[in-house]
Amino acid sequence: MKYLDEYRDGELVRRVVEAIAGEISRPWTLMEICGGQTHSIVKSGLDRLLPEEITLVHGPGCPVCVTPLEMIDRALSIAGRPEVIFTSYGDMLRVPGSTTDLFSVRASGGDVRVVYSPLDAVKLARENPDREVVFFAIGFETTAPPNAISILQAGRLGLSNYSVLVSHASVPPAMRAILAWPGNRVQAFLAAGHVCTVMGYWEYPPIAEQFGVPIVVTGFEPLDLARGIQMAVHQLQEGRAEVENAYTRSVTFEGNRPARELINQVFETCDRKWRGIGEIPDSGLRLRDEFSVHDAEKKFDVGSLQTEESTTCIAGEILQGRKKPADCPAFGQQCTPEHPLGATMVSSEGACAAYYLYGRDIS
Amino acid sequence: MCLGIPGRVTEIYESDGLKMGKVNFGGISREVCLDYLEAIELNNYVIVHVGFAISVLDEEEAQNTLELLRQLDELGSEPGPEL
Repeated sequence: MKYLDEYRDGELVRRVVEAIAGEISRPWTLMEICGGQTHSIVKSGLDRLLPEEITLVHGPGCPVCVTPLEMIDRALSIAGRPEVIFTSYGDMLRVPGSTTDLFSVRASGGDVRVVYSPLDAVKLARENPDREVVFFAIGFETTAPPNAISILQAGRLGLSNYSVLVSHASVPPAMRAILAWPGNRVQAFLAAGHVCTVMGYWEYPPIAEQFGVPIVVTGFEPLDLARGIQMAVHQLQEGRAEVENAYTRSVTFEGNRPARELINQVFETCDRKWRGIGEIPDSGLRLRDEFSVHDAEKKFDVGSLQTEESTTCIAGEILQGRKKPADCPAFGQQCTPEHPLGATMVSSEGACAAYYLYGRDIS
Repeated sequence: MCLGIPGRVTEIYESDGLKMGKVNFGGISREVCLDYLEAIELNNYVIVHVGFAISVLDEEEAQNTLELLRQLDELGSEPGPEL
């Protein structure tokens, strides 16, 4: 298929890897931000093809993984209400809350439905005027414009029975937080190509400059990733720390202007907790007040929530790039995609799920 | 979540005030929202994320990247002549 097959050309990937090997003269640690990139790297075996001087650490760009536990518990509480049709992307259904997950809520009679797009949830609200339809609006900047459109569309259609439970996160503040951590190992970033498709990469030059790290906007196919790594290593070898774009067929410096305007129209910046990581200032988006009629958090009072994390799971350290999935004693043993202890084992973007699915480090 | 899949736009129409279209992904056709693309024409390739097109792929840029990488074989590591 056009725009896929040519970027999965193994021969060309090998050539790029050879070029990296020909240039590299010392160890470097790179972080790919997005969990979709992690999966592509592990699935294609690119991590095993690269020179051993390169260490790839996997970033926190897995929205399912970083959705705060309180928010999962709130979703579980709302989803159990008889008047509610709770809609979500499929990935969220197995994510463990403090005591249960959405699958179990559905098994106990809750009306929990998987949708492909938030517009599917708006359609459900239209078809079920006597029910409350709630959409679990998680994701990064890529997913925020679709959610914004769904809210505006519900407003235009007069659907007061449509609301969203918002847990949006922004990537650049998380990159700053990672670089500012004591003991940070990341020397270069592969920035998330689809977040940058929406947002552009105008936010990144101050980060590259302040922390002295190269940032290369990178796509998702094996050749895209090899090229992004090559450009980052080339900068590191030359002692440069600039922002470059290895995904020019989709990303421009300014990004998608109408999409960015939609985000600003419907959402405003807020501080936000990242599961396993903690609070990062200005790293979240919440609904503006004028859309509060569609705010599920305001519509449904769930009382006070007592959260409880697994004591075994090391998802937090994995999301911070400090540990790898195989460092966890539960990996592939008590913790599998069917019975996950943490969100990183659930999501199609979680690092533990990638290592498990593609047979990395399972003893 | 930030998964994006390229496909070819085969129909463009309006539905409930939104610009929508049909996009063909290697033989499978799906309805996609095209509402926040600045310009879109039939047969353009778009990246689709959760049912929304987020960009129109730039064919010239795509060819430039591939051409550059194909030349690596002849030139060695780019751009280092010192190898």
